[in-house]
Amino acid sequence: MEYEPVIGLEVHAQLLTDTKIFCGCTTQFGAAPNTHTCPVCLGMPGVLPVLNRKVVEFAMKMALATDCRINPACGYARKNYFYPDLPKGYQISQFAEPLAEFGHVDIDSNGGKKRIGITRIHMEEDAGKLIHDEYNPWSYVDLNRTGVPLIEIVSEPDIGSAEEAVAYLKRLHETLVYLEICDGNMEEGSFRCDANISLRPKGTEAFGTRTELKNMNSFRNVQRALDYEIKRQQYVLEGGGEVVQETRLWDDTAGVTHSMRGKEEAHDYRYFPDPDLVRVEVDETWIATVRSGLPELPPEKRERFLEDYGIPAYDAGVLTSSRALADYYEAVVRLSGEPKTASNWVMGDVLRFLNEEKRDIRDCPIRPEALAAMIALIKDGTISGKMAKDVVEEMYRTGRPPEDIVREKGMVQITDEGALVPVIDEILARHPGQLEQYRAGKDKLFGFFVGQVMKATQGKANPQLINDLLQKRLAADR
Amino acid sequence: MELYALTIHELQDRLKAGEVTAGALARAVFDRIRAVEPEVHAYITLLEEPALAQADRADRAIRDGDLRALTGIPIALKDIFCTRGFRTTCGSRILENFVPPYDATVVEKLAAAGAVFTGKTNMDEFAMGSSTETSYFGLTRNPWDLDRIPGGSSGGSAAAVAADACIAALGSDTGGSIRQPAALCGVVGLKPTYGRVSRYGLVAFASSLDQIGPFTKDVEDAAILMNVIAGYDPRESTSVPEDVPDYRAFLGRGIDGWTVGIPKEYFVAGLDPEVERAVRDAIGVIEGLGARCIEVSLPHTEHCLAVYYIVAPAEASSNLARYDGVRYGYRSPDGRDLMEMFKKSRSAGFGAEVKRRIMLGTYALSSGYYDAYYKKASQVRALIKNDFDAAFRTCDALVTPTTPTPAFRIGEKTDDPLQMYLSDILTISTNLAGIPGISVPCGYTAAGLPVGVQFQTAHFAEGKLLQIAAAYEKHANFTKRRPKL
Repeated sequence: MEYEPVIGLEVHAQLLTDTKIFCGCTTQFGAAPNTHTCPVCLGMPGVLPVLNRKVVEFAMKMALATDCRINPACGYARKNYFYPDLPKGYQISQFAEPLAEFGHVDIDSNGGKKRIGITRIHMEEDAGKLIHDEYNPWSYVDLNRTGVPLIEIVSEPDIGSAEEAVAYLKRLHETLVYLEICDGNMEEGSFRCDANISLRPKGTEAFGTRTELKNMNSFRNVQRALDYEIKRQQYVLEGGGEVVQETRLWDDTAGVTHSMRGKEEAHDYRYFPDPDLVRVEVDETWIATVRSGLPELPPEKRERFLEDYGIPAYDAGVLTSSRALADYYEAVVRLSGEPKTASNWVMGDVLRFLNEEKRDIRDCPIRPEALAAMIALIKDGTISGKMAKDVVEEMYRTGRPPEDIVREKGMVQITDEGALVPVIDEILARHPGQLEQYRAGKDKLFGFFVGQVMKATQGKANPQLINDLLQKRLAADR
Repeated sequence: MELYALTIHELQDRLKAGEVTAGALARAVFDRIRAVEPEVHAYITLLEEPALAQADRADRAIRDGDLRALTGIPIALKDIFCTRGFRTTCGSRILENFVPPYDATVVEKLAAAGAVFTGKTNMDEFAMGSSTETSYFGLTRNPWDLDRIPGGSSGGSAAAVAADACIAALGSDTGGSIRQPAALCGVVGLKPTYGRVSRYGLVAFASSLDQIGPFTKDVEDAAILMNVIAGYDPRESTSVPEDVPDYRAFLGRGIDGWTVGIPKEYFVAGLDPEVERAVRDAIGVIEGLGARCIEVSLPHTEHCLAVYYIVAPAEASSNLARYDGVRYGYRSPDGRDLMEMFKKSRSAGFGAEVKRRIMLGTYALSSGYYDAYYKKASQVRALIKNDFDAAFRTCDALVTPTTPTPAFRIGEKTDDPLQMYLSDILTISTNLAGIPGISVPCGYTAAGLPVGVQFQTAHFAEGKLLQIAAAYEKHANFTKRRPKL
């Protein structure tokens, strides 16, 4: 029998607010353990949470960007369970009354578009971290992360393959980063994903028994884990067995999923409305204010780049992959008036330099003004495209403006006929054999002469001018 | 009259006039504490040294002309309020050595008003109880009869005020924990509107019901303390940004022309005849003051106890989850793994009543039972609140007994939780509705035990509450009697 996978994803994204969701502690990553804490996030007796409104605003941005309906009022609930990284013994989350519901995003799938439904987006607080001592039988608790705001984005079971899952995740990731509400760092855990997956005979409606996959901390691992789990479930079903509803952990090294049996199963979280917090009312004015602050999102931006700049779809995709890169590119276009050339230089040399050093476009030593100036130098014939390759590298290395580099290195292109004609004459005189063969019809040798002229002028001659002059001179000779 | 036996307002006059120093007052109170504590045991922790230093500062402030609302006044704190640098046990073994790193908002406010803190008073463990017998730190005895309980859960605060072991005290009231012990100890106890006094730093029992209020020797002192502790707190989301009037201004106004409701459901079987007589007399006094007393009905009263014993334990089961032995408080040394550490720490750290309520609450919130218990209880709670809203459309205040009986004997109800729960039957509805209530002494039984009358008013009408309490107190004049110790 042929089976088809049914996948739903739960994404947790850490929000980039300055302070935690229910207290004034900083959300900064990487500080010494338990230094970014206060009685509230430590869960001391008697403390009370006070909601950070910025968190609601950030969550609303994602809700609007994914076409969710924002509920006029939402409430916080307590999710009760015991764990050392959870100081209150409960996590403040949303349950019966989430912030937003009924959204969707479109992904590319099999050359077409596919719409993935978003069930809900809700806010909650992050837990702390356990650090297990490698040599001793004890663990440390770091509560710096406790109370860092999260949104959970729950998809409908609309995803039909590991590829679609990754495409969906990338779309969410890109959107969150574009909105500047999440840094998207998967290794540090600011963007995490769990998957629910089941198989059903192709063409049927009813869902099979699902498993929940955890511990996939990269797009690649999501792909591998889902592919593995699809095969595993298929094997179980084809063998006449039954899939057990359970949580399974992805083991990156072994490339398999393991059952996480035992006490983690059968949780009853005993959700109930948190009596320490009041419901949050979100009126149309607030929604309109947040909506008006939304940036242009990647799909729209790509469309616009295709249309306005006439660049290939692939280029538009790369250039809009981050908001900073798109802004950079657009600045170069604005300053140079050359969208295609600008695209070539940004996609080619600039990104190559940055990638080699794993640097962000925001730290690029070549400012858009400088790149536009260099494009202008090519356009007005001051330097050749070939020379520009060296110039741009020097610009990247030193951060200096192209004019200075060109002047200092004497890299000015020879565009003067009077200067080139004697050089051409000398080259032809020095290579009588080749000249003879050319005259006999060996056209290929034209390139040889161009090269020799270039060499003689240390690459400074304008290639077009060499061409023209050589044509003229050889035609006269033939 | 001894200094320790005076009220806040009487002492303020003397402090202002320079007849008394805060230092002398503090020493007088601690001498009194030394005399009565062996019998009463109102305190878990005494703070004599810091108190004397605070009194010194108060004297300096008075010399500098900086006399505030409570400058130099010795006040006791129920051991449920976090006090920075001083242990806060909540009457529990699990917090036996817990020293908070911060002050509760009310503690900050009292300190800023110049108060001197005598110590932390005894209480039922995590405020769960009606007799102070569930405290890990031993019994508190009723100053009027040492064989009897002082009520609870704020029994230590009530007994301390009654025994003159402080001038006034703060307590907390989740289902009657201020008013019931106030009634049983013959002092004034006020529970404000939910949201009126900040709960920040009050160790939570049932978050939607908990409220902080004063124990005082008379109604005027209650108004003085309310002036200090009431008000919006940005650290509490359920705190209400409502203006705080000068509560003292309500005291002399009288109640001529008021309509006072007598809820018929509060005068039923189980009400001690002596209590009923004293409260009926109080109603007579109220009528004599020009108020029209009418019978009213709060039809959902019979459900109050059931609703309370779903909502309060449910919230408590979650609020008390943080006591797991990981970060602070008692940790069992015997846990071999994580789950065992949790279980053993909590098993040994909590007493029987707390465990009973955690289990009740955990059950009520469990998947499959939530709708039938917690959700249903929340719905009935809304109906109970509606009853009161309806009553206050015609009535300025309600009058009822505070407790069904006078103070009972130590050990009398410890084996019968249900009987114990019934001692709060007349006070619980106030918390469920979120309205303010006050208990004022209204007489004594033949055996000399105090009886309290309870007044209730609409949300945020503490001014009117104090107004009727003061008018009654002035004409009934029961607040002057003190136990013989």
